[in-house]
Amino acid sequence: MTVTKQRSASQGTTFAAGIARTLADVMRADDRVIVFGEDVGRHGGVFRATSGLYGEFGPARVRDTPICESAIVGTALGCSLMGARPVVEIQYSDFLTECMDQIVNQAAKVRYMSGGQLTAPMVIRTPGGRSRSAAAQHSQSLESWFTNIPGLLVVGPSNVADACGMLRSAIESEDPVLFFEHKLLYRLREELADVPRHVQLGQAAVCRPGTDVTVVSWSWMVHESLKAAETVTSASGASVEVIDLRSLVPLDIATVVQSVRKTGRLVVAHEAPIQGGWGSDVVAAVVERAWAELASPPVRVGAVSAPVPMAPRLESAVLPDSSSIVSAITRVLASD
Amino acid sequence: MDKDERPSANATAPQLPQWLSTAEAIRLLRTMARIRAFEEAALEQYRQGAIPGSLHVSIGQEACSAGACAALRDQDLVIGTHRSHGDVIARGGDVRRMMAELFGRATGYCGGKGGSMHILDAARGVLGANGIVAAGLPIAVGVSLWTDMQGTGSVVLAFFGDGAVAKGNFHEALTLSAMWRTPTIFFCQNNQYAVSMSIRDVYPHTSIDALAASHGIPTAHIDGNDVLCVLQETRKACGRSREGGGPSVIVADTYRWMGHNVADSGAYRAADEVTAWRAKDPMERLSALLLGGDVISSAELDRLQDEVQAEIRDAVSYAQESAEPAAEDAYLDVFSEQFSVFPGMGVTVARPDPAAATY
Repeated sequence: MTVTKQRSASQGTTFAAGIARTLADVMRADDRVIVFGEDVGRHGGVFRATSGLYGEFGPARVRDTPICESAIVGTALGCSLMGARPVVEIQYSDFLTECMDQIVNQAAKVRYMSGGQLTAPMVIRTPGGRSRSAAAQHSQSLESWFTNIPGLLVVGPSNVADACGMLRSAIESEDPVLFFEHKLLYRLREELADVPRHVQLGQAAVCRPGTDVTVVSWSWMVHESLKAAETVTSASGASVEVIDLRSLVPLDIATVVQSVRKTGRLVVAHEAPIQGGWGSDVVAAVVERAWAELASPPVRVGAVSAPVPMAPRLESAVLPDSSSIVSAITRVLASD
Repeated sequence: MDKDERPSANATAPQLPQWLSTAEAIRLLRTMARIRAFEEAALEQYRQGAIPGSLHVSIGQEACSAGACAALRDQDLVIGTHRSHGDVIARGGDVRRMMAELFGRATGYCGGKGGSMHILDAARGVLGANGIVAAGLPIAVGVSLWTDMQGTGSVVLAFFGDGAVAKGNFHEALTLSAMWRTPTIFFCQNNQYAVSMSIRDVYPHTSIDALAASHGIPTAHIDGNDVLCVLQETRKACGRSREGGGPSVIVADTYRWMGHNVADSGAYRAADEVTAWRAKDPMERLSALLLGGDVISSAELDRLQDEVQAEIRDAVSYAQESAEPAAEDAYLDVFSEQFSVFPGMGVTVARPDPAAATY
């Protein structure tokens, strides 16, 4: 098990260690849970998220694979059809392209096409998002694609406690789950409660209450949203409510609508490009339900529709951050 | 009939091999007859407009399904392809529920949701036909891996066609299977065409068996229209797997009499090639062997055919008389009961009332 160095300057558990600890807890309690993927075993995962598992559970339950994403997911699916609870890792979410058929045409559809005879209770964990000049093929936020595929659950925690609680729920879920972990979150540290808790999939969280504008986000962008909220409040006194969706499928639109009915103003912020991004879906759903309560048109924050460039200045020009969210908040507060 | 009176390549007439009982032999013939009769009836029903979508029938390839599945025990499993009616039948599937599924009726195996290309009988361990070429192969590795870890002694028979061999999934699956020594029998029904693409044009300098064997997996190349050979080879592979010997590949040469599907006439194949392969009819060959060996009489053979035809007629009636599914059934089984889908909205945490849905 990962030992987090307890230095006076940094207490608590990292996101990566939280994932590893949760996996270990669940694997001790339930021997149907198996883990495989590239470098997850002996190496403990390139982001340390499976650290210690191989040592405790051995090579039968924690398997290193060659580079074969389609077979990683397909094998996990086959195991899950027979009663296992596999948790596999696709090392960078950009590589989901390599196993799309097994996710989209197989895992997502097996329950339905079989008329309920077969089920696929499996979890695909995958690190995604920007990570300081990793460039176009190692920086993407592809979660929007999967929200449009019936049969998949799509979730993504923004903090350590939620990572642990949601991973637990994902493993217990009877349905296939895509579990998006943002790479910049792995070293985030939090004090965790002793008793692990579940976080129900499909439930958003209001992580900063407010009354003047609603900011909806997920994953790393929740942190950028909170930073933006603080900036706005300090500058103008405006009260900003930040909602962490935590799940895109199912999407807790009720929590968002309830907030917008209070504030009348909406910003949706994600790291994926604006066009085709899930932010559009949230805006449309809110407009359908709360048109009368909207005081100004909603604004989406997302990446420019360009591949993510390597040079830091270029990367910042493409990907959104707290300043992009501050601009959006300012815009919705100003317009009517 | 005296053995001397029949023409044969050598002086003795063909006989049933010692390892095969009369009952087993007749069962093989019956299975092949049932597959063929089902496929012919399905084609007929399709032409009459009773079957929506498409059909990929396996007429001519019956020995592969019948022979290979006859080597399996109750706890063994099968993964199929888009051409898997024969696989379900060979495992003892219910032809009524199969025909109903093709018709899209509520009584079908999948409640009308899967249809011909996604037919399966999970209770009998037939875990699915698959509409994506080669996609079942890594799934088969997973099925084998977990059942092996559970110590069930099961083997998994994973069918694929010559068209699957160029796919990444073929090589990824064989890589993992060999690495983890899973009890998987990769069975290629090499009917030599992937729609219109001839396998000879794809691999002029190598072969399916060479590609499979390059993964370090024992590979056999057999006559897929000789049902006894198929049975024997599959038994050998099963035995090897059950003793911890890992996976095998069997490449069985065969031929589909019809086109790829009902929309395809198969005009890319030379007429004399089709004729030559029809002459190697797996059912004719086994019938000749059984008749010649006095295992079965002509009258018994006719009766077997009549029985099979009656079963299939009954299956068609069953399908015709079965109700279509209710439209609302379309919203069931997308997820477990934890989550629901309704028209006009997205996936929601389950609520009995759509008005209270979260999305």
